[in-house]
Amino acid sequence: MTVALSGKEIASKLQPRFPGSVVESSESSLVVKSESLLDIASFLKTAPDLDFDYLTAITAVDYYAYFEVVYQLTSIEHNHSLVVKTRCYGRDNPVLPSVVSLWRGADFQEREIYDLMGIRFDGHPNMKRIFLWAGFKGYPLRKDFSDGN
Amino acid sequence: MEVEGGSKRYIYSDVELDRAEGEQIEALKARSQEPIPDPDQWLDEEIRRGILLTTVDAVLDWARRSSLWPVTFAPACCAFELIATAASRFDISRFGMEIFRASPRQADLMITAGTLTWKMAPQVKRIYDQMAEPKWVIAMGACAISGGIFTGSYSVVPGYNRIIPVDVYIPGCPPRPEALLYGIRMLHNKIAKRSLLQEGR
Repeated sequence: MTVALSGKEIASKLQPRFPGSVVESSESSLVVKSESLLDIASFLKTAPDLDFDYLTAITAVDYYAYFEVVYQLTSIEHNHSLVVKTRCYGRDNPVLPSVVSLWRGADFQEREIYDLMGIRFDGHPNMKRIFLWAGFKGYPLRKDFSDGN
Repeated sequence: MEVEGGSKRYIYSDVELDRAEGEQIEALKARSQEPIPDPDQWLDEEIRRGILLTTVDAVLDWARRSSLWPVTFAPACCAFELIATAASRFDISRFGMEIFRASPRQADLMITAGTLTWKMAPQVKRIYDQMAEPKWVIAMGACAISGGIFTGSYSVVPGYNRIIPVDVYIPGCPPRPEALLYGIRMLHNKIAKRSLLQEGR
């Protein structure tokens, strides 16, 4: 079975390379700063002992104070997995760096998050709605969404 | 491409295509806020018919109801019950309707087997508009009747009767094939009561 790597262990590996960029870590996951997300993701993908060659899923959570985006990474090579999270603040125009340049599978999933949560992904090749139509007002999976019904 | 509510204009890029699609959906949504009345006003009507007309009606209605031509149309999960109904065990061909037409132009019955989203709604309306008269619609399942468990959702049409007139409603989530066959029988009964005098009403 796929081994779920400890967020704490990975955080201690990241600490010397990216000082101060890991906000918190637990056994199950680690939270990184959004500014260093792309560098850390790139490291996680290319480091030979980690080698996260497969992005299983991206999801987003609305905590009112901030949005948290969750990246579920898997290494098919080593058969282990890791959960990386990042946060973005502000509800008017939340922006995160896109990871499409690292994992092509992020393309549709980032569009889905933009469609339903309203988080923009910088560097995405085609940042537009995917399920709903152009001109739809609001982002329906946000906790404060209302369409009048 | 014609943009509803506006003048004819041409599409040059995918951005404009998305925008035109969005406008079309918003326009349809705006004028579909109330359900379309069911086409059944004539059911209770007493009509003075001559003997000849009654006979012609009887023959015509018998011919129409004995060979309904359903359009291939299945937006969601009710489709599997529809497929089961069409297959050998339940055998929809007993009613002379085993040929599901791939073109709405060759069909006169739409069995709306599934949830309809607003994004899909203009296409469904187009399929209905392309069907030749006389034509009938069976709303199959909870979603087709009222939106079902998705009523009040931001993306789901609360019942097909918002965009097209519905003749028969079949409840269930999904309705079993027996229920669908019963609904088809009900539609047969409805067609049997139709008179030539009422055409176009």
